[in-house]
Amino acid sequence: MRIVLTVNGAVREVDVAPVARLLDVIRETLGLTGTKEGCGEGECGACTVLLDGTPVNSCLVAAAQCAGRSVVTVEGLGSAERLSALQEELVSHGGAQCGICTPGVLVSAAALLSRGGVPTDAEVREALAGNICRCTGYQKIVDGVRAAAVRNAAAARGAS
Amino acid sequence: MLPSFSYARPRTLKDALTRLSASGAHPHAGGTDLLGCLRDGVFDAREVVSLSDLAELRGIARTKDGGLRIGALATLAELARHPDVVSRYPVLAQGAAAAASPQLRNQGTVGGNVCQRPRCWYFRGDFLCARKGGELCYAENGENEYHAIFGGSGCHIVHPSDTAPALVALGATAVVASAKGSRRVPMEKLFVLPAVDIHHETVLAPGELVTEILVPPPPPGARSLYRKVRSRAAWDFALAGVAAVVSVADGKVTNARLVLSGVAPVPWRVPGAERALAGKPLDAASAAVAARAAVEGAAPLAGNGYKVDLVRGVVEEALTVLATPATPA
Ligand SMILES: Cc1cc2nc3c(=O)[nH]c(=O)nc-3n(C[C@H](O)[C@H](O)[C@H](O)COP(=O)(O)OP(=O)(O)OC[C@H]3O[C@@H](n4cnc5c(N)ncnc54)[C@H](O)[C@@H]3O)c2cc1C
Ligand code: SF4
Ligand code: FES
Ligand code: FES
Repeated sequence: MRIVLTVNGAVREVDVAPVARLLDVIRETLGLTGTKEGCGEGECGACTVLLDGTPVNSCLVAAAQCAGRSVVTVEGLGSAERLSALQEELVSHGGAQCGICTPGVLVSAAALLSRGGVPTDAEVREALAGNICRCTGYQKIVDGVRAAAVRNAAAARGAS
Repeated sequence: MLPSFSYARPRTLKDALTRLSASGAHPHAGGTDLLGCLRDGVFDAREVVSLSDLAELRGIARTKDGGLRIGALATLAELARHPDVVSRYPVLAQGAAAAASPQLRNQGTVGGNVCQRPRCWYFRGDFLCARKGGELCYAENGENEYHAIFGGSGCHIVHPSDTAPALVALGATAVVASAKGSRRVPMEKLFVLPAVDIHHETVLAPGELVTEILVPPPPPGARSLYRKVRSRAAWDFALAGVAAVVSVADGKVTNARLVLSGVAPVPWRVPGAERALAGKPLDAASAAVAARAAVEGAAPLAGNGYKVDLVRGVVEEALTVLATPATPA
């Protein structure tokens, strides 16, 4: 079946099999390989994308259910040439090591930061509870996310 | 990719119910459980019927009688943060918030949460066990540390839902529809023990859909909460938990409903513990007596005796927290 959806701001029309997962469409049909498949069972969060602005596990979302909806993948958060504050801070705080969890962490954290303000450590950990990282022990990720929130808040003050 | 099936996205409830009346048709709400089951071959589907275009299945709103109507497609995240749920039915908001991970709560619905299939690893794996139509329960003499200590017979699953115990404790009712009409099923009667039907977790007939859940107004003086013990700090299913709704008037318990999660094939009410509280002040002493009563009749398997202590501890802790006046009603 053909569905029309918005991916990273661009309207895309794709042919999807009834059996395709959103993850398959993102990686295979659209070639956006930033989103990773870890467990394929909803357990690790490596496949996290924003669906209508909220983080979901794309390995457990049927592509057929995404007609008319808006998807943002890690590629939609910033590019290699122009990293977002969140991406920069995660890297500079050592919050990305092997990198498998990183795209999902960035997407979940971006949803948290879009609410504005500077979240507490506990709020960051809660927002990232569905993103498993085997390398960093999480504190470096939390520090990076909070540093990005501080920068965003300063930028928002500067702009207003 | 998933095994093959056809996919329908009906526009009306009537059309959806007609499609669901065909054999091998399965409703698709959030899909967080369904997609895993199909992928792992737990069961097959001929047709998957998406509920996502059925606006009448959405929403959370107060009813005329002061209760709550929860559409089956309300997500766990919506339930966890809805102001009316948070303030008037804390047990339900906390149950929804305790389920799964943020991503899964954004996608998973309350209808899917109460109708999800069990997590027994034999059931999810390549074992044709009794629940799947085979002869044997592999857990009975196998790896059973996450299995039931109550209500098992021939099958020892635990019901995986964190919202169902809260809904049972609140005396909620499910509205169930099929192509033939609709009926109301009290949440307490929705779930079925293996001794009655070893192949299903609910009394829903093929083709029946939960369309909404009705929660009565909270009883006067009611305090409630949900407590869950899991083996990791982040997301995980309950090892044991309790949904508690306790009404207090003039310093005495007038009504108590205690429903355990993670320890039985259905949300497990403990009437002995409820009786132990009736007419008593809600305090540390009555909490301890009720907690002991809550584990009466437990029949642990070789690997899950620890759950008896967990239940005792979680019930005592929940009641002690409810006993402190600072607890929001
Ligand atoms: C990694 C992981 C961790 C999890 N942890 C928890 C946890 O800690 N606590 C917890 O409670 N749950 C947990 N879950 C389960 C998850 O919360 C539920 O799967 C979710 O609420 C199901 O909702 P859904 O809309 O995605 O259901 P779906 O997957 O769409 O449906 C689930 C089942 O119910 C049927 N169904 C759906 N809607 C209806 C309806 N309205 N009427 C009749 N049948 C229906 C479907 O056909 C399917 O068989 C976890 C799941 C995963 C993958
Ligand atoms: S506990 Fe139930 S689901 Fe698990 S192996 Fe035994 S019969 Fe199967
Ligand atoms: S790949 Fe989707 S949660 Fe692990
Ligand atoms: S950086 Fe390796 S899993 Fe997180």
